[in-house]
Amino acid sequence: MKIPFLVLGALVLSVAGANARAAAADFQPAVVYDMGGKFDRSFNQSAYEGAERFKKETGVAYREFEITNAAQREQAIAQLARRGATVIVAVGFTQASAVEKVAKDFPNVKFTLIDAVVDLPNVQSIVFREQESTFLCGMAAALASKSAKVGFVGGMDIPLIRKFALGYREGVKYANPAVEVIENMTGTTPAAWSDPSKGAELAKSQIGRGADVIFHAAGATGTGVMQAAKDAGKLSIGCDSNQNYLQPGSVLTSAVKRVDVAVFNAFKDARAGTWKAGQVSLGLKEDGVDFALDQYNRSLITPAMETRLKQAKADIVSGRIKVSEYK
Amino acid sequence: MSAPAKLPRWADLVLLPAVSLAAALLLSAGLVAVMGESPVTALRLLFAGAFGTGDAIGYTLYYATNFIFTGLAVAVAYHAGLFNIGAEGQAYIGGLGVGLVCLAGGSWPAWVVLPLAVAAGAGFGAAWAFIPAWLQARRGSHVVITTIMFNFIAAALMTYLLVNVLIKPGQQSPESREFGANAVLPAVHGLLAKLGFEVAASPLNLAFGIALAAGGLVWVLLWRTRWGYRLRVAGANPAAAVYAGINPGRITIGAMLLSGALAGGLGLNELAGSQHRILLDFPGGAGFVGIAVALMGRNHPVGICAAAVLFGALYQGGSQLSFDLPRINRDLVVVIQGLVILFCGAMENVWRGPLAALLARLRVESRESRGESQK
Repeated sequence: MKIPFLVLGALVLSVAGANARAAAADFQPAVVYDMGGKFDRSFNQSAYEGAERFKKETGVAYREFEITNAAQREQAIAQLARRGATVIVAVGFTQASAVEKVAKDFPNVKFTLIDAVVDLPNVQSIVFREQESTFLCGMAAALASKSAKVGFVGGMDIPLIRKFALGYREGVKYANPAVEVIENMTGTTPAAWSDPSKGAELAKSQIGRGADVIFHAAGATGTGVMQAAKDAGKLSIGCDSNQNYLQPGSVLTSAVKRVDVAVFNAFKDARAGTWKAGQVSLGLKEDGVDFALDQYNRSLITPAMETRLKQAKADIVSGRIKVSEYK
Repeated sequence: MSAPAKLPRWADLVLLPAVSLAAALLLSAGLVAVMGESPVTALRLLFAGAFGTGDAIGYTLYYATNFIFTGLAVAVAYHAGLFNIGAEGQAYIGGLGVGLVCLAGGSWPAWVVLPLAVAAGAGFGAAWAFIPAWLQARRGSHVVITTIMFNFIAAALMTYLLVNVLIKPGQQSPESREFGANAVLPAVHGLLAKLGFEVAASPLNLAFGIALAAGGLVWVLLWRTRWGYRLRVAGANPAAAVYAGINPGRITIGAMLLSGALAGGLGLNELAGSQHRILLDFPGGAGFVGIAVALMGRNHPVGICAAAVLFGALYQGGSQLSFDLPRINRDLVVVIQGLVILFCGAMENVWRGPLAALLARLRVESRESRGESQK
């Protein structure tokens, strides 16, 4: 048994060596997605779209990896670094500890971490002020609701989702203090991010309790929420990616988080040599988050609503409205 | 399990799993070809990714450690006639025990913290298995149902604790603070480096040795002690066990306690050995893989260790495969793993008949040819 292993080992080493040589010559970006996978139509997919845009505009190919268990995070990031990646974008707060470890071992590789902060000279940490966009979505929900009840379906009860929920609640109350918010979380395991049928059940139960606009922050589970809202003739609000197109005419708006821009910029800046380590906070002001308005929801947002939302947006940017941040 | 055809022991233990594995890999190769990649390259990458380098072997054995613990957990319960589907939750809570000791033992020496962590992992895992066991033994609530439910309760409890109690303040990620250096199981590459062998870093740690020792312990307990004999009798025929003066309720509880304690070992490998903090969902489905590992390993420690290495290799080689061939995405890797489980676990009786017939014919032919040469 021993000899074939050694032979294979030599083979792998030589292949890896060849790869490293080829890679060292040119710019090699890479992205590591989190558990949801790159086609979750939400958070990770947004990152994927950013990477794809970079590939299309520059013709530079990138490497990617989708995490399936906790141990793979460090393994994948370290492997990309070892194989000569120039810049590695790690998507999701769960990657923070892996990035911290690997970044110390590879001081010449650039790391961009999304949704968490690691303080190292070769790590760029990008965090979003999601509460600013969910505030606007809360306002839109309250303004569009006829039953004075709106819903929120989160993935798991974790700090990030509480942050979404808090901004949403504040937005609802800001627009109309009389509107009630019904909140549910999908589950307690990572399956909660990819369970559309459970999302649909929760949405149906909230509709049964009187909600007529439901905001989801639950990754792929949210597609079920949106489907259920459409089937019942109610409205839903998308999350992370612009999801207005998924159920045209029934998605009121989407709380957009421009992970795609963050990924694209990290690649672009690294290539141009303008990439900088440190912490970047993206909110409404930086166009890092926003509420989505396009041809699919144009008819749902009345001119009066649009005026109020735009006004609130300007007020948040100027600091006149302060949205609390979940800590 | 009823066997439709009798096979010689060597064929049952070695040939049948090998044929099943080959069939699963063959079908996987077909799928890979459909995806537009070369099956030969894919198989080579899968194999090299699992065993090709020092760190690849390290990762393979590190995953295997989890599967040995959960496979043993399932097997012990199985011998007592119980189907423990709760290894996932028992491992999760066992990890909580490991983590609490490692967090609390900030200034204690390693030789105090680590044995305590082992004991806490086993104790917490056993405690989590005790409730379904008691319900089964005394109230007749079926352990399959209750252990599944306890997986969800464990997940809910851990999410609550990590988000509200154990989280390191000021961060998004629901994780505890990092354990001190005294509360970390030594990594194998570190130990080898002290002996003068340079091996690339991998999360393989001392828990692997503990897993193998646990396998030995299980073998001794089940096949070399009176308690183990009682357990197997109660599992094989509860009515006969009662006539023999064995209390099946006590066996049920004892078997489940041991099963939960073994599952708790996963927490040791993941938290004290690799992640060095408590985090969400560290069992990652290994509790369920343990069922397949136990079935494939014929519920025997040696078989379980072999099956665990196979599954570890599929995990590690599979991730390497999707790393090197982006078109083979992680879903296809899961499909390949599923095919192996399907062929080795559920469909092995499909091959049993033809294989037995083939072996019988070969034996007859060889006897005939020998007979002819003697003439």
